[in-house]
Amino acid sequence: MASSHPHSSEAIRGAKVLMVGAGGIGCELLKTLALSGFRDIHIIDMDTIEVSNLNRQFLFRQSHVGQSKAKVARDAVLKFRPHINIKPYHANVKDPEFDVDFFKQFNVVLNGLDNLDARRHVNRLCLAANVPLVESGTTGFLGQVTVHVKGKTECYECQPKPAPKTYPVCTITSTPSKFVHCIVWAKDLLFAKLFGDKNQDNDLNVRSSDAASSSENVEDVFVRRNDEDIEQYGRKIFDHVFGYNIELALSNEETWKNRNRPKPIYSKDVLSDELAKLNGNIDKNCAFDDEFSVSAMASLGMKNPQDIWSLKENSRIFLEALRLFFTQRGKDVGNLTFDKDDQLAVEFVTAAANIRAASFGIPLYSLFEAKGIAGNIVHAVATTNAVIAGLIVIETIKVLQNDIESYRMTYCLEHPSRKMLLMPVEPFEPNKSCYVCSETPLTLEINTKRSKLKDFVEKIVKAKLGMNLPLIMNSSNLLYEADAEDDMVAIYAANLEKVLAELPSPVTGGTMLRVEDMHQEFGCNVNIKHREEFDEEKEPDGMVLSGWTKHVSAPENKDKPAANNGASTSEASVPAAESDEVTIVSPSKKRKLTDDSGIPNAPAGEARNHQDELQVIDDEDDLVMLEGSMEGFKKRKLS
Amino acid sequence: MEGNGEELTAQETALYDRQIRVWGADAQRRLSKAHVLVYGMKGTIAEFCKNIVLAGVGSLTLIDDRIASEEALSSNFLIPPDHNVYAGNTLAHLCCDSLKDFNPMVRVSVQNGDLSSFDVEFFNNFDVVVVSSCSLPAKKLVNEKCRKVSKRVAFYTVDCRDSCGEIFVDLQDYKYSKKKLEETIECHLQYPSFEEASSVPWKELPRKTSKLYFAMRVIEKFEEAEGRGAGEVSIADLPGVLKLKREICAEQSLNESHVPDTLLERLVTSTLEFPPVCAIIGGILGQEVIKAISGKGDPLKNFFFFDAFDGKGIIENISNSNA
Repeated sequence: MASSHPHSSEAIRGAKVLMVGAGGIGCELLKTLALSGFRDIHIIDMDTIEVSNLNRQFLFRQSHVGQSKAKVARDAVLKFRPHINIKPYHANVKDPEFDVDFFKQFNVVLNGLDNLDARRHVNRLCLAANVPLVESGTTGFLGQVTVHVKGKTECYECQPKPAPKTYPVCTITSTPSKFVHCIVWAKDLLFAKLFGDKNQDNDLNVRSSDAASSSENVEDVFVRRNDEDIEQYGRKIFDHVFGYNIELALSNEETWKNRNRPKPIYSKDVLSDELAKLNGNIDKNCAFDDEFSVSAMASLGMKNPQDIWSLKENSRIFLEALRLFFTQRGKDVGNLTFDKDDQLAVEFVTAAANIRAASFGIPLYSLFEAKGIAGNIVHAVATTNAVIAGLIVIETIKVLQNDIESYRMTYCLEHPSRKMLLMPVEPFEPNKSCYVCSETPLTLEINTKRSKLKDFVEKIVKAKLGMNLPLIMNSSNLLYEADAEDDMVAIYAANLEKVLAELPSPVTGGTMLRVEDMHQEFGCNVNIKHREEFDEEKEPDGMVLSGWTKHVSAPENKDKPAANNGASTSEASVPAAESDEVTIVSPSKKRKLTDDSGIPNAPAGEARNHQDELQVIDDEDDLVMLEGSMEGFKKRKLS
Repeated sequence: MEGNGEELTAQETALYDRQIRVWGADAQRRLSKAHVLVYGMKGTIAEFCKNIVLAGVGSLTLIDDRIASEEALSSNFLIPPDHNVYAGNTLAHLCCDSLKDFNPMVRVSVQNGDLSSFDVEFFNNFDVVVVSSCSLPAKKLVNEKCRKVSKRVAFYTVDCRDSCGEIFVDLQDYKYSKKKLEETIECHLQYPSFEEASSVPWKELPRKTSKLYFAMRVIEKFEEAEGRGAGEVSIADLPGVLKLKREICAEQSLNESHVPDTLLERLVTSTLEFPPVCAIIGGILGQEVIKAISGKGDPLKNFFFFDAFDGKGIIENISNSNA
């Protein structure tokens, strides 16, 4: 390494590398690669620069906000290394132009990504193109770097990755017990109902007290009548969701036997009529530069996002935000989706979640904290990214030298483990039952007489198997192809609506389906097992995929393996770097490890599905074997 | 240290959003009031400066009167490689210009002068002092001056040689809080000075103490004995370094195998820093300084070593108390 390995500089200078991601890790990585002597770097990133990037993505400045990350990063690095080749692509790595042939031109691919989907996609292309992949991730002070070389080490998907956390519908609609439940309600139900696409299904009760009795011709209280005064409309919504709907829920005594009864909240009890008028007056003097600066906080003269508002303040924000949406951003109403960078949306969701929390006796949160929960914001600091980027370059040089014996996965820890803050571990061999890098078939339990092909495509092929352009075959008969020829489009569209057992080539218990993604040049087999009944709460998909993913698809298991085994750790704790994937990061929940080194302090559940023996590299100490329980998967030294 | 109740501005909250979610608004306020001094503008310090300017310290002062040369550019991304720009300029001035750009909310400035010439009063202006590429006598001198200041000045040394790096930390008498389970507990650590730490007899150290600790001390002693500056060694010096190693090992009753010749050879062969190691050491150091300023979380005590050869980043506690 470094100058003491005379050949390393040769390997570096001649290397052509692909970086995927020019964000937190990407900026650090591009800088360190350039300083280390790399001369031909291609970089893909679809994102543009935001203000909240600037605290760590040091190649970007305030003046760059809104511009392509890949392009600005290139220009910034050329300032201190002008004579190297950096080719930026302001594009999605999943675009078809980045096919297997594109990947084949590189000696190594380096991931600095922020989501599971793209990571899986790149993993498959690297396998198909037979190009080594160095993968990385960080959250807060934690991070890790892993090396994936086809046939030599495990692929990125050899270990099941946990699915984003979901909550049972009734917890959200009827029995919230945590603030996050209130956030999900405010964001996915109330916000979506008021400002989103009206045609989307929504579990919110829309019947007003007048219409509740008649099943025919139900009037939706959320629809604002043309002549309806906005103040009145806001109060009607308030009273409906925080008052009437709670009363309705309370009438079901069974629900509250073992729970605290919520208390209905009506606007007249919280706000006097005077105050409501005052709201309106303040606002008329308040001008907004553009739609994203429209703010109920500004209009009500509230400044500090760290403050926890009282119930009264939340109620005022709620009504004011609702009013501003209709008066200042009327053209958006009807097609909004929640965006953490939309100030007014964050204000509305914070206020609504807090009022609901107050009703259910759950502690209230500040806008700053609520925004973090609602936007799935992952903690990020510059230092961890810098360390991880350094480790990536060290592994990259080993990969270029084909120094297989020296490959390491390295964890960056928050608390030292056996004196180590940076802990190298030998990579694992490929998992023989991995459906991605081996040919092992999966098993799907499904009701073939009730489930449609569409359900299989959406819930399994896309959501679980991570395919974008799938093709599905039953022996030699094509059932579906995403990228179909014109004359077949109608036939496949019709197939999607058919129940599996009634397809032209019927899919029943015992059928082996072949599923492929042409773009990823990846395919796998799925054994179909017919099953009549599924538990609505535990198996909401109405189907269960097993084999490789068995731990993931069994949500009832989720806390057991992790909680009962204090001595376990996990190499699957990829702390989903700056990730949008981590649905909810519980602020207080901290998993316990042998020595509190903090590895699985990753989002609750990141580590839970994967417990194997973990071997710490050490040349003189006794090897520490951390116990594991994953079946059929034994660690062996690489040969 | 308590936050004095001043609120962060909306601009600060927006810029520092992601890190406030890691260390909290009160830590961010403390950072914005902290004054940091650095000496030795090479690759590792450049990385460190980038990290704490991004984090939002109050001010950063740079000392390094050396005139920029081609070698100085090798692992320092703060200096533009254009000869017309850097020729005749000091490292501190060149780095200052780049760093100012990173975060307009941080005051970055240059202090001219020789590090050893500053008096105790000067160091009183800072909360944190970090020195790099510094001779052994200069290290000890600055460390002692920091200790003489009436308030606590955190002192760090950092060096990268070839693919190895070392951090030393002296927080003197340090109290901090940390979260244990659900409660916050107060902790207290007593640090030795560099002089005290490096005079702990080697035979009293645990057998598994990092080999880098010993190797770095040998080279430091060699440079001091030869009257060289930090890093002014080459492969030609290897016989002299190995001779000194044998003498010290004999004197300290330490088996010579604890200071492998191959490691010493690596450390004297390359005088250039290895950029990935600069990033790693500069990152760990940045994190430690942020911890020390915010008074949150377990700080390093009192050495940290990284060697890209085995990939381990190890903490060693070298102080009399553990003898």
